[in-house]
Amino acid sequence: MNQPLNLTTLFKTFFTVGAISFGGGMLAYLREYFVKRNNWLTEEEFLVALALSQTMPGLNGINLSVVIGDKKCGVLGAIVASLGLILPGTMVILILGTFYAHYSNNPHLNAFLIGVAATAIGFSFKNVIELGAVNLKCFRDGCFVIATFIAIGILHIHLFIVFLVLAPLAIWFNRPQSL
Amino acid sequence: MMIFVHLISIFTMLSLLSVGGGIAILPVLQHIAITQQHWVTADQFRDMYGLGQISPGPNFLMVLLIGDHVAGLWGALAVGFAFFVPASILVFGAHRLWQHFVFSPWRLSVQQGFAPIVVGLMLAGVYMLGRIAITDKLTFLLAIAAIGILTWRRINPAIVILLGGIIGMFIF
Repeated sequence: MNQPLNLTTLFKTFFTVGAISFGGGMLAYLREYFVKRNNWLTEEEFLVALALSQTMPGLNGINLSVVIGDKKCGVLGAIVASLGLILPGTMVILILGTFYAHYSNNPHLNAFLIGVAATAIGFSFKNVIELGAVNLKCFRDGCFVIATFIAIGILHIHLFIVFLVLAPLAIWFNRPQSL
Repeated sequence: MMIFVHLISIFTMLSLLSVGGGIAILPVLQHIAITQQHWVTADQFRDMYGLGQISPGPNFLMVLLIGDHVAGLWGALAVGFAFFVPASILVFGAHRLWQHFVFSPWRLSVQQGFAPIVVGLMLAGVYMLGRIAITDKLTFLLAIAAIGILTWRRINPAIVILLGGIIGMFIF
């Protein structure tokens, strides 16, 4: 059951995950294949990879593929893993996009996509609330949430400027306390 | 030709700023794509977001559709390259250096400090996209129903979103 992990297996595994998972489910599948089924990573290694992927810029799934790919098979592994992950979705979305472009005046398609967007927004909103509940620890955290929300969502201040101002403050407020 | 320079430079910037994933740059992307660059209309952006949701794999492949809409297949490739490669190089480098940082207490400072900022960005994204996607009572009810179903039952969200689309065909 414990297959050796070479580039081909790495690609096939990430391709499979990229083909059968949708957004949030990806993490669960990656953990299933890499930790539970094949013992290619320990739980601890997976969590460290996840923490790094979430802290650094970039899509979580792709960051994970780069980190895990590099860890197991070096640079080539990182490339092969990330390509595997995005290829299925890329093919699907480009095909869907072509249909969308051709049938953009079809009222059924429009109605379908309006329904999809409304539902997806509900889902995203639920995610934000859950994430907030887990991660926000104090009133100060809430201030950062509100400040970011207003700066980006209402005032449309350039994201780079928002980061430049808020990130150092945020890190400073969370600095390691001297013993 | 200029359009490619534009696409690549803007999406490279977005790549480097996408701390917390695609959802964090959604508000910025929406503002740039619709209001600043006029690449797509609000409705098109909403539709592309939806198509990204029902496609397998990472959620923000929708950026490829923007590139495709603006400059065809080469546009999609340019956007894909610009949006995925820079951040990947960064995380690759960070991973190689990780051994030096993994036990640093500042790593936790960064993670804890960034968390509320990312939540704020996500909230901004939901708000801005919500203004396009939730336009009347029916869309609002659909969103509420989605939250309800996903809270009370463990169903694959993609199925719920697909169902939402099918229901949409009957009520819109």
